[in-house]
Amino acid sequence: MIDNRTKETLQKIPLLTEKAGPRDEGWEKRLKEEYAALIKYVKLNKDTDSSWFSIQSNKQGTKWFGKCWYIHNLLKYEFGVEFDIPVTYPVTAPEIQIPELDGKTPKMYKGGKICQTVHFNPLWSRNVPHFGIAHSLALGLAPWLAAEIPVLAEKGLVRAKENDV
Amino acid sequence: MTTQHEDDLVSLKNLVQELKLKLSKYENVETHKQRSKIEEMSSEVTDDNPYSRLMALKRMGIVENYERIKDYSVAIVGIGGVGSVTAEMLTRCGIGKLLLYDFDTVSMANMNRLFFTPDQAGMSKVDASYKTLTNINPDVEFECYQYNITTMDHFDPFLQSLSNGGKAPKKPVDLVLSCVDNFEARMSVNQACNELDIKWMESGVSEDAVSGHIQFMIPGRTACYQCAPPLIVASGVKQIKREGVCAASLPTTMGITAGLLAQNVLKYLLNFGSVGYYVGYSALTDFFPTMVVKPNPHCSNRWCMVRQEQHKDNPLSLQNTNCNVDDEEPASHADNEWGIEVVSSVQEEDDEEIARNRLQELGEGIDYAFMRSDELKPSIDTNNVVEVDGNIDELMRQLNEM
Ligand SMILES: [Zn+2]
Repeated sequence: MIDNRTKETLQKIPLLTEKAGPRDEGWEKRLKEEYAALIKYVKLNKDTDSSWFSIQSNKQGTKWFGKCWYIHNLLKYEFGVEFDIPVTYPVTAPEIQIPELDGKTPKMYKGGKICQTVHFNPLWSRNVPHFGIAHSLALGLAPWLAAEIPVLAEKGLVRAKENDV
Repeated sequence: MTTQHEDDLVSLKNLVQELKLKLSKYENVETHKQRSKIEEMSSEVTDDNPYSRLMALKRMGIVENYERIKDYSVAIVGIGGVGSVTAEMLTRCGIGKLLLYDFDTVSMANMNRLFFTPDQAGMSKVDASYKTLTNINPDVEFECYQYNITTMDHFDPFLQSLSNGGKAPKKPVDLVLSCVDNFEARMSVNQACNELDIKWMESGVSEDAVSGHIQFMIPGRTACYQCAPPLIVASGVKQIKREGVCAASLPTTMGITAGLLAQNVLKYLLNFGSVGYYVGYSALTDFFPTMVVKPNPHCSNRWCMVRQEQHKDNPLSLQNTNCNVDDEEPASHADNEWGIEVVSSVQEEDDEEIARNRLQELGEGIDYAFMRSDELKPSIDTNNVVEVDGNIDELMRQLNEM
């Protein structure tokens, strides 16, 4: 199942209420909720000195891009991250992509879409429309980085960004 | 030394000869005859009639009017291991028109499946398919779309192409086939077909490659993809082990699933036999469970509800089926309004009962991919609901500055 740390994090991220996707009238309201939840999550990370991503969107909130990083053996590995908000959002989660890792790990679909664990979709579906982008990062991207980056680093397939943290 | 050079010369000459021979083969391929278009399907049994064996279905009393297949247009979303083979089957059957959708390119990792060949690696899947298929049967009309239908940029063009993709001008396609490999894309096809009121068939192969299924969806008259959690065939393997790779795949399971899908398309379009509503395939046990799923009267898809209202006087006849997704209110547990479901400790105690209920409801060998909303018990209560303060520009700036 989901590890305890992820579980705890998920419980701290505020839940969203507006069930609206980018094709719906309520999208503007939903987008505000997304931003508010992300701000809370990023603040939470800063307060516990555990920041691990920065993200922003286009004006319409349909395309998101930013950076995520992971510390392994005191070295910082940083990657560009991006995703589209699918037309069926929030019934379906965004498919998070790290294009620069495409082809480096089998736990990725073509184009650099990360391979979610078997728990992701069931859990997401249960919590529609309360889970948002912040939850998808915490539940999807964070555990993926924790599982994959150490392996990729050991294999020498990724390079640390700087020599010290 | 001289003899060494002479040897080299001889082997080089041989090599040139060999390569010339190889090249001539390819030149033959280039100039080989491509058959010309055929206006009328003929039942004449001659070596040069590609339709003779298909038209024989009429004489055998299986299909009344085989030629009608030329009047139909089918959209195939996802041209992978299942979609490409289905496209080839329908092409060989002389379907009127195919619309092909895929954003991906052919890669060597696809070579354990049917249809694509190594020399096509790097080509877009729709272009490669078009080249092969039009060569097999130039009578079929094609439209190719290389984009991701789940994104905002492409969903409206996708709707447009389906609405106008019929064999006759300004008519919609007759059927959409979903041959994609992910939940998001299936939901997008579901959304499009509910909105446009177009019948579609969903297909899929499990990530462990040992089961497959097809499901026929008639908006408002059968369950849509959102009416209940996705139905899966119980493969006999407890839980997918996902270590190492995202998914396994076998040409056999994919080929069989494509065969089931194309067969169902033919039966539906040409009106013979009984059309399958849900047909599962378990490779490990050679088991083919079938069922019909009625629409959920509380489906969360707005367009599904519109179609249900529209078709309420025309329900699907469900004789001789073991169908029954019950009509009970799928409780939206009021006490769980904001509770998030992370743990399943409470859940596990109920799992056995749920399993029993599901068996009764779905029949042997079929299960939901995950919990239905009414099966959920609240486990964590939180009142942690987001508070929005300020307009969107301020929020965007605030996040950026953090
Ligand atoms: Zn529905």
